[in-house]
Amino acid sequence: MSRLEPRPEPSRRMMLASPLIAALAMLLTGSVLFFFLGQEPLHAFYVYFIKPASSWYGVGELLLKATPLILCGIGLAIGFRANVANIGADGQLTMGAIAAGSVALYFDDVQAGWLLPLMLVAGALGGMAWAAIPALLRTRFNTSEILVSLMLVYIAYLYLSYLVHGPLRDPAGFNFPQSKMFNDAAMLPLLMEGLRTNAAFLIALLAVAGAWFFCSRTFAGYRMQVSGVAPAAALYAGFSEPRNVWAAFMISGALSGIAGVGEVAGPLGQLQPSVSPGYGFAAIIVAYVGRLHPLGVLLAALLMSLLYIGGEAAQIELQLPSAITGLFQGLLLFYLLAADLFIHYRFKPRHRAAPAALGENA
Amino acid sequence: MNAELLIAFLASTAGAATPLILASLGELVTERSGVLNLGLEGMMLVGAVSGFAVTLGTGSMTLGLLAAMGAGLLMALIFGVLVLSLQTNQVATGLALTLFGIGLSAFIGHGLAGQTVAPLPHLHFPLLSDLPFVGPLLFRFDALVYASLLLVAGISWMLARSRLGLVIRAVGESPHSAHAIGFHVTGLRYGTVLFGGAMAGLGGAYMSLALTPMWVEGMTAGRGWIALAQVVFATWKPRGVLLGAYLFGGVTVLQFHGQGFGLAIPSEFLSMLPYLATIVVLVLICRNPQTILLNKPMSLGQNFKAD
Repeated sequence: MSRLEPRPEPSRRMMLASPLIAALAMLLTGSVLFFFLGQEPLHAFYVYFIKPASSWYGVGELLLKATPLILCGIGLAIGFRANVANIGADGQLTMGAIAAGSVALYFDDVQAGWLLPLMLVAGALGGMAWAAIPALLRTRFNTSEILVSLMLVYIAYLYLSYLVHGPLRDPAGFNFPQSKMFNDAAMLPLLMEGLRTNAAFLIALLAVAGAWFFCSRTFAGYRMQVSGVAPAAALYAGFSEPRNVWAAFMISGALSGIAGVGEVAGPLGQLQPSVSPGYGFAAIIVAYVGRLHPLGVLLAALLMSLLYIGGEAAQIELQLPSAITGLFQGLLLFYLLAADLFIHYRFKPRHRAAPAALGENA
Repeated sequence: MNAELLIAFLASTAGAATPLILASLGELVTERSGVLNLGLEGMMLVGAVSGFAVTLGTGSMTLGLLAAMGAGLLMALIFGVLVLSLQTNQVATGLALTLFGIGLSAFIGHGLAGQTVAPLPHLHFPLLSDLPFVGPLLFRFDALVYASLLLVAGISWMLARSRLGLVIRAVGESPHSAHAIGFHVTGLRYGTVLFGGAMAGLGGAYMSLALTPMWVEGMTAGRGWIALAQVVFATWKPRGVLLGAYLFGGVTVLQFHGQGFGLAIPSEFLSMLPYLATIVVLVLICRNPQTILLNKPMSLGQNFKAD
């Protein structure tokens, strides 16, 4: 580390460049990996990263898979800004899906316009209820929200599994562990004929705009930011920590819950033993790669979504294991963390290695 | 309920407790030096798949276990380079390690699904193992069950009584003072982080080679996180890890013996018990801030850079 020196102040340019560097490093590693898997690197690269998004249908899929990542990522980013390490978005998403799905199945014979809004509200409340547990335990009992929110993910998975194997199983479904298909009134409208992208994407865009407004234009957002960057200053200013924790969890719970609605009232159309291939965890990466900024989260979610659909394409066309997606996701975050070093440090040119006490302020 | 069932329950508790003990002990040593590695789950998974793959390929359980430790160690090395050398945030890096481990293990394990190996053999002590009741309860486990108990004692002694333990604790309480006296803080922390990785790898391999001798994607199912929570319950003391692991082992295997005990509860709810128990115990321990303040290494989670 001797050739690194601290920058006088954090580099803004590096702050924006580092996610790009990380993405490039990941793509490069990917190509090398393709080579070792016996693929022609350029062709595999094309199949994985370019072809899936080069048709209208592909773009639709990209937006479809980006939707839950945006919603969860925004919620997590707002929390991370305030030093609230909520990593249980996947559980909140699952509970939102369960709540909305239960409403849809209960009103199975209703063909009315109020059903969908009710499902969205139920989904948001389901996610918030699940997020309230770590918020309560952290503010009341000083319990790590990291561990509690994560434990609750597994509990939510098991609860969903119980429901689709038991009370909510489709009686006419040949004992498959899944619910009845929802009726049309319980399905989110599609944005365009022929694409699977649904109205949840618009909600996600609204969430981006809302989060931007909340973070940069409201006092509550400011309080949370100060608590994250300078906890001591926040304490001195009298900003309440419990209030921040609650705000972070409620926002994340509501958004993740809505993400769950987007899945069951969208591409799935029913409750299944699993309603998310780990979107809530991928959203952690999305939040960090997006620099905890709403616009950044939007872009990072698109990149992450490309990893998902690219992985599927590579599995079909190149017989690559689908697990490669998870590998790329993990690598992306590692590269980001490493590249972030250069926000605070820079290489010391060799000729300046001599003591530079006098030039300190220059 | 009969005695046979009870013996089976208690004996399988030891099996379920062992991976938790191994992973928790490693993390405990890491945390005592002031480093919080949230990547336990990822390291366990990579250990599990590596151990299984090597055992399947070579036919040697010993090589498999060594490979698992090596794999855990390499994972920990990534974490060490990022956190200790490049000064990245410990929480974010640990999460990254877990997410990476989930992906990497699924990638390595692609194609291993559905295969099995002979499980880690159970030891047989002459006379002792054949004793009624006591035999199956105490003298018929595999070697790693006994090894994990010895490790609890050994690490307990090491931390409390040895010079190395003193240095680890000094670094964990105040890296700056330790550095000022002349200890190599970063070097020592590399050591504890790598040790934690090797132990997590071994814990993971215990699951894929002894408990259910096969590889299933994501098979640790949150054990790494429970092991992390356990370090908190144990108030950073090895003997607490032992108690906690056997408690959680018991809760975990309850789902397999629930029906035998006459519990008419859907299996999903029994499977929730370890996670629920983790939350409950965490609350009980953490609600008294003094318990945490008195025992938690002071520098836990904070990076150190020698000037």
